[in-house]
Amino acid sequence: MTDVGAEVPWRRLDGRMLVVAPMQHVVRLLPLLVILLFTGRGDPVRLWITLGITVALVVLGLVRWKTTRYRITPDRVELHSGWVRRQRRSVPRDRLRTVDVTSTLLHRVFGLGVLHVRGASHASADHHGLKLDAVSVAEAGRLRRELLQSSPAPGGVGGRTPGPDQAADAPGSVDSPGAPGAPGEVLSGDGRHGDHRHSRVLSVLRWPWIRFAPLTTSALAGTGVLIAAVWNVVSELGVRPRDLPFAADFEQRVLGAAIWLTVGFLALALLVVAVLGALLMFTERWWGYRLTRDDEGTLRVHRGLLTRRSLSVAGNRLRGVLVSEPLLLRAGRGAQTRVLATGLGRGSQGGALQPPASRSETHALAALVAGEPVERSTLAPLRRHPRRALWRRLTRAVGPALVVCAAGWTVASTVAGWSWLGPLTTALAALAVPLALDRYRNLGHLLTDRHLVTRWGGLHRRTVVLERSGVIGWRLRQSVFQRRVGLVTVEAVTAAGDGGYRVTDVTAADGVALAAAVTPSVLADLRRSAPPGAEEAPGDLAAQCAGRGPQERLDHR
Amino acid sequence: MQPTAALALPLRPPAHRVDPRAVQWWRLQGLVALVVLAGPQLVVWLALGASAPFWLLLTTILTALAAAVYTLVVPPIRYRIHRWEITDEAVYTRSGLVVREWRIAPISRVQTVDTEHGPLQQWLTLASVTVTTASARGPVTIHGLAADDAAELARVLTETTQATPGDAT
Repeated sequence: MTDVGAEVPWRRLDGRMLVVAPMQHVVRLLPLLVILLFTGRGDPVRLWITLGITVALVVLGLVRWKTTRYRITPDRVELHSGWVRRQRRSVPRDRLRTVDVTSTLLHRVFGLGVLHVRGASHASADHHGLKLDAVSVAEAGRLRRELLQSSPAPGGVGGRTPGPDQAADAPGSVDSPGAPGAPGEVLSGDGRHGDHRHSRVLSVLRWPWIRFAPLTTSALAGTGVLIAAVWNVVSELGVRPRDLPFAADFEQRVLGAAIWLTVGFLALALLVVAVLGALLMFTERWWGYRLTRDDEGTLRVHRGLLTRRSLSVAGNRLRGVLVSEPLLLRAGRGAQTRVLATGLGRGSQGGALQPPASRSETHALAALVAGEPVERSTLAPLRRHPRRALWRRLTRAVGPALVVCAAGWTVASTVAGWSWLGPLTTALAALAVPLALDRYRNLGHLLTDRHLVTRWGGLHRRTVVLERSGVIGWRLRQSVFQRRVGLVTVEAVTAAGDGGYRVTDVTAADGVALAAAVTPSVLADLRRSAPPGAEEAPGDLAAQCAGRGPQERLDHR
Repeated sequence: MQPTAALALPLRPPAHRVDPRAVQWWRLQGLVALVVLAGPQLVVWLALGASAPFWLLLTTILTALAAAVYTLVVPPIRYRIHRWEITDEAVYTRSGLVVREWRIAPISRVQTVDTEHGPLQQWLTLASVTVTTASARGPVTIHGLAADDAAELARVLTETTQATPGDAT
């Protein structure tokens, strides 16, 4: 296998990176350069420094381009880079999980894309993957298809890599020059080999969804980042906000007004900025959004206005879906679908498959991705957890709240001018009760033929549909309190998403029965007083809807 | 009694205990914690001499007392709780003092097997074996095995894992 690999020639990154890489750095250093150039009043030394930096960047770009080589052998992806500090990285192809193509505005102007390849293992370096920054859009598309082919047949893929495909690099034969606003081809496939793979569009952007944008915290956080960035630039440029012409007048007015007016005005201003920011972020993130699935089951998400992103998840990497409902979004009757796939990095927006959308659309998409009808995936009639679980939710929410409350009243009674703290903390403590009730109401789980469905959380409600075959271990946890009342938290460990998903506070018998139903052979001889060789009946939806699951029947026998 | 039987987790405990020297290892760890936590307080108290505040002496004594009690009481309990087993199908451990935890990693999903000897463990010829799967939440660690047992265990597990095809995700 390795001798075959040795014959595969090395390839370079796209030549256009000689221009793009220095420009990227210049953009990043722009504030510094502006300060250097414009604060010195034509000081020649500063001019020379600026010129020196620019030349250094160009040279660095050239060195980087000259020293970076990559190739795809039948069984590995290899990347050699660096001049002073040489790096040789290689990822086995059967470990590859996701392929990402990102192009910033600058990349797009030059028709380039950054290809990011990630592997499986959390422990080793292949989790961080390889980055080819950058190759032509056509090359990126070709590599993506080549890498995501489910079974890299020895000789098949590798054999056709050299020769004709090298020509695809030549600018003349680039078929889609990455025109702005023109998303990638719907019909993807190698025309040369005649295997046109059809992609089915699962979801496209619907502008009404933008109404959910201000309800997401990520958008709000993004707004914060935006404000911070503006502030940074302003202060880097040496402009003090106080020196602005209208600042003094504004300050006078603020100081003159009543305090509640000032606070109200500030809150309103922040709200307006946040909403505007959220709308802008939504537009930048989700412009031209399209989710497709091809015949091999590969999911592809295209999106982005200035920075175009495309995320591809091979079908055999899929382990399930997650419907996420943070409190604000839930209050607005919205939700968001995320994919659970192995090797999905943090950089891929947590595997978002769709912008925040209406509840029904979200669940419909989740079901589509899970390959089951809605009532057997995220909207399945879940089994509720025992009453004792409610007590646990209550103690866990109210206990800390009472501590805060007591601290609040202590401060209020001892420190002058802080008397408002007592009532405030009491109000917060009172909120803990409905929160606990809500968290209990949301608890639930169900085992369907193919999936483990579990729901939990109040401030952030999540419903997970995890493939049974995606469960690669179990963690059962019991605190002292749980041991006393016979509850257990069962966590299904998986290679996808957060690494594990919990079924919180089920009865001890149910918890173990659940694990045994998903992985019967593993738990067979770990169960107490289990009859040897007793086969666990898989979760039967009809029986569980009736309230008595097969687990229960088994354990009460 | 019927209710307690219904409340107990219907999993049998793993078959093996860790090496008895693990108790000494945990005791030594407790002593190290005692020295690290109470030592500096004592030094400061001594250095300040007459001007040292009274509460510093109090916290020093309390810290030392807590660490000493922990060192005396906890390791034997831990020894009783910590158990492990390798079945034909899975690596199975039980641990946790306050929050008890059972971890089950199917052998077919094991990706790496690491053996670790800390300085204290080397002195006592103990070792810890960590079995990782493709999940960040998945690692199963058996602390305080005899070094020879650990090496043997790692060897067997590695062989079994290599015999399993696929990438275990």
